[in-house]
Amino acid sequence: MSASAEGPGRRAGSFLHRHPRLRLAGLLSAPVLWLGVAYLGALAVLLISAFWSVNSFTGQLTKVFTVQNFRTLLTEEVYRNVTLRSLGVAAAVTVICAVLAVPMAFFMAKVAAPRYRRWLVIAILTPLWASYLVKAYAWRVLLANGGPVDWLLGGPGRGPGYGLFAVVLVLSYLWLPYMILPIYAGLERLPDSMLEASADLGARAGRTFRTIVLPILVPSIFAGSIFTFSLSLGDYITVQIVGGKSQLIGNLVYANIGAANNLPFAAALATVPVVIMVIYLVAVRRSGALEEL
Amino acid sequence: MTLSGWSRWALRGFMGLGLVFIYVPLMLVLVNSFNGDRTFGWPPHDFTTRWWSAAWNNSGARDALLTSVKAGLGATAIALVLGTMVSFAVQRFKFFGRDTLSLLIILPIALPGIVTGIALDSAWRSVVEPLGIGKGLFSVIVGHATFCVVIVYNNVLARLRRTGTNLEDASADLGASPGQTFRYVTFPLIRSALLAGGLLAFALSFDEIIVTTFTAGPGITTLPIWIFNNLFRPNQAPVVNVVAAILIVLSVIPVWFAQRLAGPEAGASRT
Repeated sequence: MSASAEGPGRRAGSFLHRHPRLRLAGLLSAPVLWLGVAYLGALAVLLISAFWSVNSFTGQLTKVFTVQNFRTLLTEEVYRNVTLRSLGVAAAVTVICAVLAVPMAFFMAKVAAPRYRRWLVIAILTPLWASYLVKAYAWRVLLANGGPVDWLLGGPGRGPGYGLFAVVLVLSYLWLPYMILPIYAGLERLPDSMLEASADLGARAGRTFRTIVLPILVPSIFAGSIFTFSLSLGDYITVQIVGGKSQLIGNLVYANIGAANNLPFAAALATVPVVIMVIYLVAVRRSGALEEL
Repeated sequence: MTLSGWSRWALRGFMGLGLVFIYVPLMLVLVNSFNGDRTFGWPPHDFTTRWWSAAWNNSGARDALLTSVKAGLGATAIALVLGTMVSFAVQRFKFFGRDTLSLLIILPIALPGIVTGIALDSAWRSVVEPLGIGKGLFSVIVGHATFCVVIVYNNVLARLRRTGTNLEDASADLGASPGQTFRYVTFPLIRSALLAGGLLAFALSFDEIIVTTFTAGPGITTLPIWIFNNLFRPNQAPVVNVVAAILIVLSVIPVWFAQRLAGPEAGASRT
């Protein structure tokens, strides 16, 4: 080794090589500053601001602790209704996605010829890359008064039009691939020989499905449901595009930041989906769904 | 499980219907971009390409596209650096709080976008703005990078788990400096994971609207924001439709790329 290779960069490199803790500190510094300090800090301030209020006369923040926002949230019927409606929409979307996804994923993993499987996966993945907004827009055109759906059903006004039904339909459409993919991945890991062994031992298709396929399916469905549920719960864009006059939690949060200029109340409202999601994650964790993500 | 021929056909039919459900709305946008009727009367009576030239000459859409590309590139660059750093730290070291850190990285995409959006917005207004840096393109990049880190992290972490450290040890034993080892051994090993992660991160940033709404400064319009702003203006409908059609056609490119890079799993982790 010639002496000319011993530059300062090289000396620094070997110094770091001998001190792994320093290397670790170097690797972690920027990411931890960004996510741990800046992002978590921002979230913490948001949470704290839920306990503040806005002076209704001047519009200035009053940084004094109060639980008034949460009291309003729990006692006023509007907010209870919107929370229940959002939960209902998220649950309906999850169920619809699961009902559609299970047969499709089963076909992809177990029935289709192996050489077609790859193409089917691509066919399910491709729409994920198409813009969210474009897909919601496509449904706005489809469901428009006198649009294609109306035309198919026999004339203007015959289709469902914009509203809560359209929101559930479009959200199911948007998140369906997120449900299909984990179920497909779970089923693909299930060896065909187990299904054959079950049949050889005399089990009918229904019995095999209950005792072998279902235990694989349940954690995969829960894994998919984390996406469908949380993405539906926080959505407010689709609601604005095809929801007509209906409102979900996200819309209320948005309205309180923009028009109402009430950040503390918006923050209090925003804790609702977060709390629901945490409860949902804890409940779902028991099924082993988090390992399926 | 031996399925009867009938249930095989039933499943095949269901799969077919499912694919129709997934693709018909997208096809409709493509067809409508040639629909001669300004309000998309259905079925279309005449076809025209004039909306395409109108979209091409629409400076608002073109500027928005440029802004989106800039924001996407900036966010992807930051995410590539931070995501790679964290994945090396998590995979190669044992330290206190490692599990918490991997949870922390997922947080920005696990929480509803509106929560991340408001949090960043109020933090920016109360901490960064007093320093003289108002909201603008930069704050959009910061917001997007926050949730793009996890994408790069996932891809690189999976690659590091699979490759192990044997090759790097061998390189060091043969006398390479840490810099040389990184350049000739480690980097080529993770290159395709970086590409796949960067592609996903860019796509995610390009498509993002909620966090963008809250972090964009006045006058900063990304393409999703532009589409959303023009969605409810009837006389802009044909141009919006052409932009949507272009985005659908473009979405085939990353799929093709991802297929070449890493097989069908590449796009699965997108949220």
